[in-house]
Amino acid sequence: MTKTSLLVGPFNRVEGDLEIRLEVSEGHVSAAYVNSPLFRGFERILQGKDPIDALTITPRICGICSISQSAAAARALADVAGAEPAPEGEKVAALLHAVENLADHLTHFNLFFMPDFARPDYAKRPWHDRAVARFTALQGSGLRAATEARAQLFHIVGLLGGKWPHTLAIQPGGATRAPSLRDKIRIAADLKTFRHYLEEHLFGAPVEDFAALSSAEALENWRTGDIGLFLEIAAELDLNSSGVGQARYLSYGAYPTADGHMFAPGLWEQGQLVPLALDNLQEDLSHAWMLGEAAHPTQGMTVPDETMREEAYSWCKAPRLGGEVYETGALARQVIDGHPLARALADENGVHARVVGRMLEIALTQIAVEALVQGIQPEAAFMRDVTLPKEGEGIGLVEAARGSLGHWLRIEGGKISSYQIIAPTTWNFSPRDSRGVPGPVEAALVGAPVAEGEETPLSVQHIVRSFDPCMVCTVH
Amino acid sequence: MNILWLQSAGCGGCTMSLLCAESPNVLDLLSGAGLSFLWHPSLSVETGAEVRRLLNNIETGERSLDILCVEGAVTRGPNGTGKFHMLGGTGRSMLDWVQSLAPLAQHVVAVGTCAAFGGVSSAGENVTDASGLQYEGTHQGGVLPADFKSRSGLPVINVAGCPTHPDWVTETLMMLAAGEMRASSLDGFARPRFYADTLIHHACPKNEFYEYKASATKLSEIGCMMEHLGCVGTQAVGDCNIRGWNGAGSCTRAGYPCINCTAPEFEEPGHKFTETPKFGGIPVGLPSDMPKAWFMALASLSKAATPKRIGANATSDRIKVPPTLKAPKS
Repeated sequence: MTKTSLLVGPFNRVEGDLEIRLEVSEGHVSAAYVNSPLFRGFERILQGKDPIDALTITPRICGICSISQSAAAARALADVAGAEPAPEGEKVAALLHAVENLADHLTHFNLFFMPDFARPDYAKRPWHDRAVARFTALQGSGLRAATEARAQLFHIVGLLGGKWPHTLAIQPGGATRAPSLRDKIRIAADLKTFRHYLEEHLFGAPVEDFAALSSAEALENWRTGDIGLFLEIAAELDLNSSGVGQARYLSYGAYPTADGHMFAPGLWEQGQLVPLALDNLQEDLSHAWMLGEAAHPTQGMTVPDETMREEAYSWCKAPRLGGEVYETGALARQVIDGHPLARALADENGVHARVVGRMLEIALTQIAVEALVQGIQPEAAFMRDVTLPKEGEGIGLVEAARGSLGHWLRIEGGKISSYQIIAPTTWNFSPRDSRGVPGPVEAALVGAPVAEGEETPLSVQHIVRSFDPCMVCTVH
Repeated sequence: MNILWLQSAGCGGCTMSLLCAESPNVLDLLSGAGLSFLWHPSLSVETGAEVRRLLNNIETGERSLDILCVEGAVTRGPNGTGKFHMLGGTGRSMLDWVQSLAPLAQHVVAVGTCAAFGGVSSAGENVTDASGLQYEGTHQGGVLPADFKSRSGLPVINVAGCPTHPDWVTETLMMLAAGEMRASSLDGFARPRFYADTLIHHACPKNEFYEYKASATKLSEIGCMMEHLGCVGTQAVGDCNIRGWNGAGSCTRAGYPCINCTAPEFEEPGHKFTETPKFGGIPVGLPSDMPKAWFMALASLSKAATPKRIGANATSDRIKVPPTLKAPKS
């Protein structure tokens, strides 16, 4: 058996830096090693700061999940204080966060994921001309329309959050700007504009029709919009059985409001929903260039191994829950929330299922956010006073576009004494743990076909991008 | 002109912000100005080996490089190796790549405060020894020498901001493409003057509150945030309130303070970002170009003269008292 090694990088059209080492034998990937090659040390930057400064610093971990980081920090601070945000302020925070997640799903599909199908390698495929017209990198009509729709959608963040990314509008007590009736009407109009884009381009049909799909068979018959083109490509390239994971999912629950989560928290294992509990959470450091022992994030440390020892191969720690690997993201969220289409795709858990999970979530979020805005009471208070204690611990759990994001914060003597972050891609792109168990994408890559002479295998690109990694969040 | 864009130790937010350009979208805007990407990590189709060949061709001189854009600070650690950030697949640090490619480019643009001065990536104990390209904080000389000039004869152009406004980046690139960017177009920190000659204070909707020092006492109140909430819009350069973000937004319009993100060392203000440091009850840090005695005199006078409407609104979360209407002539 001939074994060769391929080093893939710089791996682009993902957020941040990525390098993957592949072992290839008999024309297939036999092992994959994922390296997150950038360490910035945000957990160290935060140490010794005034706790409230986390709201300014943590969004800057990531330019694409900025509001997610901001929301997690605000939650963690509120938790330390034992406080809840003002209910209407919580709605504004949920709205800002949902807009970012919608935009991220759109950016991923149009700018990061689809351009690979416009490559000349696929020139003989029946759908190639349409893929070229819509999704050629930097040029396609589809990705231009998406870029414009995204920029317009962000007017909502401009209005309520000042700017995107890196807003300081989300606070432990609520939101800094009380929207007026005029703001509410304007936001509803912005959402209507976004709905027009979705119905004309992405779905080619009413948003509600896509949200109503309830089985894999019904999805197979969907032919309209850019998602229709993707489904045709996926069927022809058999992307259903590409990059298959272990169907073990994690969600912290998205958009908590006084009425509960918009998308429920939980775990999904062996086809069953299990309540979320994080007591047995650990970050394993065996294959990360980090010093110290495996620890729960309340006890965790971030001490980079400056020797970059041989046995390790990434700056990313390896989070494990009860010793197990979990996949997180839109598909996980919708499986756990119980949408019938997502449940139907839960076991499939490949490239096709992950992309559909995101499209489904766009439809569901659009509908939910329209209702959320209708329910905002402009005459109410949007902020409560929250006093942070000098000592205490807090946790902030949110769902970023790419999945579960947690902040674990400890305050001592009025300063941050510990701040540990586990981002969605820390889960999905984790290196091996001390038992040698690979992370989700490492496992999903095994078996991917590598054609003769391929230096950067296309199958590997589709699989990696189907996870929509955010590498800047991963290590932070 | 061609552009090679590298993402170094940053958050990628300046690229994400760039994609928010409007009228027209960023893709049409840049191509319309004759600008094209040799490679951009978020936007180009090329990946892995294709990119390594391109970088190699630039180094050997087979490919000329017009504009090198670097987003993010450059890590020099551990121990000067730069290995806290290796460019995937190349076995070389980003530090090495930047030092190799910058002298080959006609123009070098630092996109964002991290690339310009170090920014948030260099905050705290700066465990990665991150630096800006030609500045480390306010000090000249970063990963490129203090006297570095690109082939055009210009220093690194520092499009500072955290993040950068999309127009600051696109307009800088379009000026370069038009051959209109000169040494005199840059301020003392090599920031483009078209946005660095104005202050965040200009066109701030809280200006009437500022005139009377009618101050918000906590976030969510609509008064001026200079006195208590850490706002340094009267000292910070930028045209955020003139130009608007994501439609018509800005930090102060959304009810939180300007933290001077276009400036070197903004990441370490020496106090909470959202609290104004005071000495004897008086805010430290005066508006740019304002003599202290005059400021004190005017502030106490205007505070005493604050109209009821402005005083009441300043500590409210929305306008409570509308302007008085002129009574009809009898």
